[in-house]
Amino acid sequence: MGDAEIVAGLPIVASGVTLVRRGVRVLDGVDLTIEPRSRTFILGANGAGKSMLLRVLHGLIVPDAGRVAWGRDTARPPRQAMVFQRPVLLRRSAAGNIRHALAIAGIRGADAHRRADEALARVCLAAIADRPARVLSGGEQQRLALARASALEPEVLFLDEPTASLDPPSSRAVEGIVESIHASGTTIVMTTHSLAQAKRLADTVVFLAAGRVTECTDAARFFKAPRSCEARTFIEGERL
Amino acid sequence: MDTLSQSFALALGMVAHLDPRLTQIVALSIAVSLASTFCSALIGLPLGAAVAIARFPGRSAVIVALNAAMGLPPVVVGLLVYLLLSRAGPLGRFGLLFTPPAMVIAQTILIVPIIAALTRQIVEDAWGEYREQLRSLDASWLQSTLTLLWDTRWSLLTVLLAGFGRAASEVGAVIIVGGNIDGVTRVMTTAIALETSKGDLALALGLGIVLLTLVMALNVGAHLTRQWARARFG
Repeated sequence: MGDAEIVAGLPIVASGVTLVRRGVRVLDGVDLTIEPRSRTFILGANGAGKSMLLRVLHGLIVPDAGRVAWGRDTARPPRQAMVFQRPVLLRRSAAGNIRHALAIAGIRGADAHRRADEALARVCLAAIADRPARVLSGGEQQRLALARASALEPEVLFLDEPTASLDPPSSRAVEGIVESIHASGTTIVMTTHSLAQAKRLADTVVFLAAGRVTECTDAARFFKAPRSCEARTFIEGERL
Repeated sequence: MDTLSQSFALALGMVAHLDPRLTQIVALSIAVSLASTFCSALIGLPLGAAVAIARFPGRSAVIVALNAAMGLPPVVVGLLVYLLLSRAGPLGRFGLLFTPPAMVIAQTILIVPIIAALTRQIVEDAWGEYREQLRSLDASWLQSTLTLLWDTRWSLLTVLLAGFGRAASEVGAVIIVGGNIDGVTRVMTTAIALETSKGDLALALGLGIVLLTLVMALNVGAHLTRQWARARFG
């Protein structure tokens, strides 16, 4: 990753991140580096701590121990956005949702309109820009959530199982959008249940089991020969 | 039975012909209640939203107090405002007692808890849904509050209608601080109370019909607004 210095807020380095909820160590000493321009997929069984790790990396949850640091020299967090499993859309039009997010980031007026139009076009929702967001279909809502996130031009985009409740065509559409966002230079950090999806999209795989990182490796190597026994069991479970 | 049907016919006639005595009382009623609702909205909406979003020690106690205050006895509120505004009271020098502003003050005290408590509930529900997304967008406290108030605007409108309904149909507080002075502070509820005891059942009934119609129209309006907003915005 020779272009690390171009992206000031990256890499994201988590060291010793520990999170305790109701006496359970949901995350247990996680050390992890998210490299610039990578597509890192966090895999693991239900309850392994994937969503929590994503929220800690994004800054939504402060860990009980350990820390998340940004960049090599600066303490400036990267511009970042997150797409949730169930998209949270406001009671406004599709375009209004994007413009609202831009306004919070201090982007208004013609610039905001242009960015919102571009983002909607990118997810093929330009035709329904004026429709109320919350009456769109599930797939359209998730694409709108992606458009809103991408309009912020984040350096890092976090996605928490964005296709978990979508049908296969909608999932493929979301994957295509994630790819195009990555192609424009955004670092992707995503959790998923689908090994096939991780195979299609991931550069790096982080495997979590009971709050610990058992593997953090190149995606091709992970799927060919997972080193940890938990990951092997997980992959074999999928093949059955 | 005869008295009732006669009075009813007379009352309908007064409503139909827009009897000046009747219209003046109705107009004052609406003006006072609108003013109270406006003042209560200025206090109650931000207060409810703040309690919904902020986390501070004693928050549960504040919520319980707000909910309890929805049932404030109007006559007690009337008495307290009377004591405040009477010549010897701390606000006596403003000479507000037995004027419409005094009635607005009393009604505002009665409605603020209703608006604040219902706003708190509505905004808190929305906050539960929006919190992570708004934090992800790095929204400030003020930006979050404004977003929530705007997104719950149709629900909040029905809250304001409920507040207005309560103000318009309340009698205990306004009769104490307003004094029910003919042409000055006589509103629908106080006039109904007075005319009934005087035996002028036609005017009392006429006002009753108007008041009932108004309250019913408000509720139908609130219901339709909610339905329309749900269909339109989800």
